[in-house]
Amino acid sequence: MSSGAVAQRSLPAGLRRGLTFWRRSIQARVVASTVVLSAVVVSIVGWFLLQQTREGLLDHRVSAVVAEANNETTDARARLAAAPGTDIDSASQQRDLIEPIIQRGATRGFSVVLAGPVGEGGRIADGGAESTLGLDTASVPLSLEQHFDKPAPTAWTYTQIRTTDENGVTRAHPGIVVGSQVKLPSDGGTYTLYYLFPLDEEQETLALVTRALLTAAVLLLVLVAGMTWLVTRQVVTPIRMARRVAERLAAGQLQERLQVFGEDDLARLATSFNQMASNLQRQIRQLEELSRVQRRFVSDVSHELRTPLTTVRMASDVLHDARHDFDPATGRAAELLQSELDRFEMLLVDLLEISRFDAGAAVLDAEDVNLVDVAHRVVDMTRPLAVQRGVEVVVDSPGHPCLAEADVRRVERIVRNLVTNAIDHTEPGGRGAEIVIHVGGDEHSAAIAVRDHGVGLAPGEAAMVFNRFWRADPARARTSGGTGLGLSISLEDTHLHGGWLQAWGRPGRGAQFRLTLPRRAGVPLRQSPLPLVPVDTEEPVA
Amino acid sequence: MTQLAGPTPDNAWKGRILVVDDDASLAEMLTIVLRQEGFDSRMCTRGDLAMDEFRDYKPDLVLLDLMLPGKDGIDVCKEIRAESGVPIVMLTAKGDTVDVVVGLESGADDYVVKPFKPKELVARIRARVRRYDPPAQESLSIGDLSIDVAGHSVTRRGVPISLTPLEFDLLVCLARKPWQVFTREVLLEQVWGYRHAADTRLVNVHVQRLRSKVEHDPENPEIVVTVRGVGYKAGNA
Repeated sequence: MSSGAVAQRSLPAGLRRGLTFWRRSIQARVVASTVVLSAVVVSIVGWFLLQQTREGLLDHRVSAVVAEANNETTDARARLAAAPGTDIDSASQQRDLIEPIIQRGATRGFSVVLAGPVGEGGRIADGGAESTLGLDTASVPLSLEQHFDKPAPTAWTYTQIRTTDENGVTRAHPGIVVGSQVKLPSDGGTYTLYYLFPLDEEQETLALVTRALLTAAVLLLVLVAGMTWLVTRQVVTPIRMARRVAERLAAGQLQERLQVFGEDDLARLATSFNQMASNLQRQIRQLEELSRVQRRFVSDVSHELRTPLTTVRMASDVLHDARHDFDPATGRAAELLQSELDRFEMLLVDLLEISRFDAGAAVLDAEDVNLVDVAHRVVDMTRPLAVQRGVEVVVDSPGHPCLAEADVRRVERIVRNLVTNAIDHTEPGGRGAEIVIHVGGDEHSAAIAVRDHGVGLAPGEAAMVFNRFWRADPARARTSGGTGLGLSISLEDTHLHGGWLQAWGRPGRGAQFRLTLPRRAGVPLRQSPLPLVPVDTEEPVA
Repeated sequence: MTQLAGPTPDNAWKGRILVVDDDASLAEMLTIVLRQEGFDSRMCTRGDLAMDEFRDYKPDLVLLDLMLPGKDGIDVCKEIRAESGVPIVMLTAKGDTVDVVVGLESGADDYVVKPFKPKELVARIRARVRRYDPPAQESLSIGDLSIDVAGHSVTRRGVPISLTPLEFDLLVCLARKPWQVFTREVLLEQVWGYRHAADTRLVNVHVQRLRSKVEHDPENPEIVVTVRGVGYKAGNA
């Protein structure tokens, strides 16, 4: 996957765009493959047709020229037989033999070569052969010449006929050479007559056929490409429309629908798609309505609960202040009423805060906050509880401000929750009755880590501590009267800042909670300036 | 239960408080607690009757619920503010930013979220009505404004500027130490009388209100200057 991406990055932009188009367009791929397949088929068929035509033309021509050559030879033999036997000048006899044939050849379009007597080892190339004017006698292939080294019947082969016209220009064109032998009465030698028939006409015919076939093939391919393009378009266009509508649906425009034309498969696909969209829309509306009603309900309940709770609270205060005037039992009841009202109120406040997060109604009021100041303020705030529990809370300041763009109320609440939680889990008065708040920051982020040496966390508990109403040990007594929602609220507060809230702990070795906030709101965090695992712990190297 | 009988004869009422809340039990409970603390108080359970009660009773402070039958608490707040600078403390069941800010912008000095602790409420009330000791003759200047602390008046080249007592306190606090930058927390403590850190939006809203009255151009403040990341200070000009 990644190596492919790297390879693609190194390609030039134009090629990459082309590849992207190829990957994305079914239409392009279907058209291209159809055209390639058609081209292969058309080439094979065209090649076959051409071969057939060529063979037919040549066969026909060969039988015609062999017949003509035989005619000429027969004619020549007849003339030789009719010649007066007294004439013994073989040279003049040769001329007499060939002159009429050359003349006939000139009118009929073939050339003639008369080669020397067989058996003397002479070659046409050595000279002395009679031939048509302007013909290069080398046009007679050596193989045929060798065939006629001894007396043999008529034979033919293909060759290149080279001629030189009056202007001295030499041209070569394909042709057929037919050889047959005659016996010259003057010297009794057997001479070979080569007839060279040009194939110009056939070549022209073949070229014409080839051009016609090529034109037909190109037109056919264009037609196939066009047809495929049209056909795929009919299928792809509705699919593309469906894709666009699906994208809009996914983007939240739930009222988007496909247009349905006709009753074919695509129309039915569109109908089903629309049904699916309608069902989705209904479900989402229902859920939204439910969630809205629930939010409204929580908000109403909160308002309705708050006013009577205030009254009860004040009445309880009045009773609590006057508890010394009551008999001991009633006085104690007034005290219990007061303390339980505190807990009730805290729980209500926490529940409302959580419900506000759930409703997405929490807003960030961000400004530059120095976490060192926050740590000191939290220590001041929690001092009464720490003193009461015999725990000391100290701040380990880096000596420079650790700034983060954050909502100071929320950050203070997070740190206060972490510190009270740490106090709550620390055994009072012991050697480890010290809680250290480490503060650190750099140009990207700022962090606060709260380290305690209390009971610690069992493996797997570090992730569960942020669950609502979660308790490490259900049987454990509630000491500081926490609501069980503190860390959940802290986590929601942290998420609102785009920060991290993480826990580390080992049984019997204490725990550390680390809050990391980005320096600028909305910038994703990459790392924390403080370690999650405390430096005072020797972690076994895993 | 002698506390409920009211103040001792040699000690007059510490102040008069108008309680506007639609919940009759809460309003009655509030009057009981306030009476214990030495304040005289009167109840009003309808928004549309609040102005009549206000003019008739002339309270030193108004406790105002935001959700009222007859007339919205926000509107009542604006009407009171239109004719008087008397301190207004909102009682709200919603701690959400929007409600609080709307309430503060309509003229309330402070707010308490239900359910509140009675002692907390009383502390806030005390902070707002504590003007007994006649201040010494003192005149300050900040920018082109002159402040007469004893006469509780602010003038710009002889033209008086009308400020509520809270805005006046805020301005005086800044003007007394023009070299010092005040954090929002310090201002909350010195002007509002909070002992613990509270909602700094109170400061933001009231600084905006003060600026809209005393600045030439509230967009470019010269008298109450923001020190980014720290707080506010008096301008040098």
